Amino acid sequence: MTLDFSTTLGPAWFPAPIFTASGCASSGKELAQFFPLKSIGAIVTKSIMVKARPGRPTPRMAETPSGMLNSIGLQGPGIDSFIANDIPWLVEQGARIIVSIAGETVDEYATLARRLRSVPGISALEVNISCPNVENRGMVFACDPVSSRAVIDGVRRTLGGDLPIIAKLSPDVTDIVSIAREVVDAGADGVALINTLLGMVINTETMRPHLGGKTGGLSGPAIRPVAVRAIYQVHQALPKIPILGMGGVRNGRDAFEMILAGASGVSVGTATFGNPKAAIEIQSELKALVSAKGFTSLKSAVGFAHREIDSESAKESM
Amino acid sequence: MSTINRYAQQISAHVLSNKRVGQYHQILISVGEVVKHCRPGNFIAISVGGENSGMVLRRAFALSRVSDRGEFGGTLELIVAPHGSGSRWLCSQTEGAVLDVITPLGDAFGIPTEPVNTLLIGGGYGSAPLFGLAEVLKARGCRVDMILGASSSPKIYAPLEGKRSVNSLKIYTEDASSGIHGRVTDSLEEIIENDSIDVIYSCGPMAMLAAISSIAQSAGVVHQCAVEESMACGIGVCMTCVLPIRQEDGSIAMLRSCIDGPVMDGSVVEWDRVGKVNEVAE
Repeated sequence: MTLDFSTTLGPAWFPAPIFTASGCASSGKELAQFFPLKSIGAIVTKSIMVKARPGRPTPRMAETPSGMLNSIGLQGPGIDSFIANDIPWLVEQGARIIVSIAGETVDEYATLARRLRSVPGISALEVNISCPNVENRGMVFACDPVSSRAVIDGVRRTLGGDLPIIAKLSPDVTDIVSIAREVVDAGADGVALINTLLGMVINTETMRPHLGGKTGGLSGPAIRPVAVRAIYQVHQALPKIPILGMGGVRNGRDAFEMILAGASGVSVGTATFGNPKAAIEIQSELKALVSAKGFTSLKSAVGFAHREIDSESAKESM
Repeated sequence: MSTINRYAQQISAHVLSNKRVGQYHQILISVGEVVKHCRPGNFIAISVGGENSGMVLRRAFALSRVSDRGEFGGTLELIVAPHGSGSRWLCSQTEGAVLDVITPLGDAFGIPTEPVNTLLIGGGYGSAPLFGLAEVLKARGCRVDMILGASSSPKIYAPLEGKRSVNSLKIYTEDASSGIHGRVTDSLEEIIENDSIDVIYSCGPMAMLAAISSIAQSAGVVHQCAVEESMACGIGVCMTCVLPIRQEDGSIAMLRSCIDGPVMDGSVVEWDRVGKVNEVAE
């Protein structure tokens, strides 16, 4: 029995459902030394902004139980250098590309969309809305339904209808489903769940926050159940909206759990820091697991955890 | 911006021996063919804690000595201080244990083409990569003087066999428990002058590297230092280990010490800006 392992995120098709996670693969160059980038679903690049950014002061990371905090501050080369150097290199590798964009104002996101809309080789845009909105007292876009909607609306209008938009949501909200509804309503083709959770470590020697930026994003296996819950809730409320799941996935079992919760694809992030081959290894483990459970396609396993027990016998026919 | 060491490979390495040397562990591992590309200055990133470990990040160690001869083929010697949970796990690994490692990572110390006078300065177990470097420099005909410093005598790493590869060795301790009372930088100007030092190589805490850089610059001596900045990945994807480096056009770039280092030209590191917000973009 052959398995159809392909997946779609809105109109974008991918031959496999494992992706890198934004900020955990840079622009792919380093990981290419460990596996062929075209062998996974897509490379999700580190969030790019309009201008080059030096990022936050060091220390930028702290290991925590089954996870880590990072406080990078979106260090990056800016959109011009990214389009001139990183995209053509990834295209040359035959990799599929999801470009993650980040901004400080609604207009900045739209500017990035305008710059990227005619660049060949991009499969989708992931819109990282977990950034402080400088026009709204620094409140994170993703924590406010109105700001979240405004960003996606601006990107959608600028892009036109072609390039799929995946809105990456923060779990640091009271009701993630209501934010998901807003961004979908504004024109997002799918949602990425979840971004890191905001955390802090205090160094008990210096008796001060350990990170240069004081707070950081918590990632790794410690947050996986939060991600599974968010994916499950959003899939339940919006079953037709594709979800790119992520948060602490470190093996095929973890990825399968997200597929069952309702994810159409799974991004591998922090696991790559510990194992540069994590994405490709998780992909083959997932493939074996999906087959072993009797599914003939990856898509038929998406959201399976939501089904009634008696529907299980029907999966052969899907 | 440079790229990941093109010889870096993820491999399984066997622990051949694990000996206590003072406060440190001297761990010898077999790595096979990849040893041919390992140079003094390069580092290794090791997965710790086993399969179900809650420690999600690798630990980085400087390669202390590299050997492609002997009954085990290619071997690497690492000096590990059992300070945190990851390094304690590593120090508990016994002969026969299998480690998941990535090496060689980072750049290497530049070796002079001419036989020149070199001074190697190590702080604490930062001396580890300097003994392998000393052997390479000696083979190149260089004069090799070494000075090591630490807060206290047990924190000096100076194995007997290492002492043979240097022309002279001075030890400094801050508590006067061995050698000279003081710090490695106390008489550095005189040493540079009296021994006609051409190149300084150093490895150790950032404050020590910063102090050496300032003295080396005034004396007009080349200073190659191996930095120690905390890293999550070691392969250039996480952007945590950045240092402010002055570019030729005067701008400051936040460069990754895992890829553009760990060996850096001490005179271009903006030591005063380490840990500060940087105004200038890359």
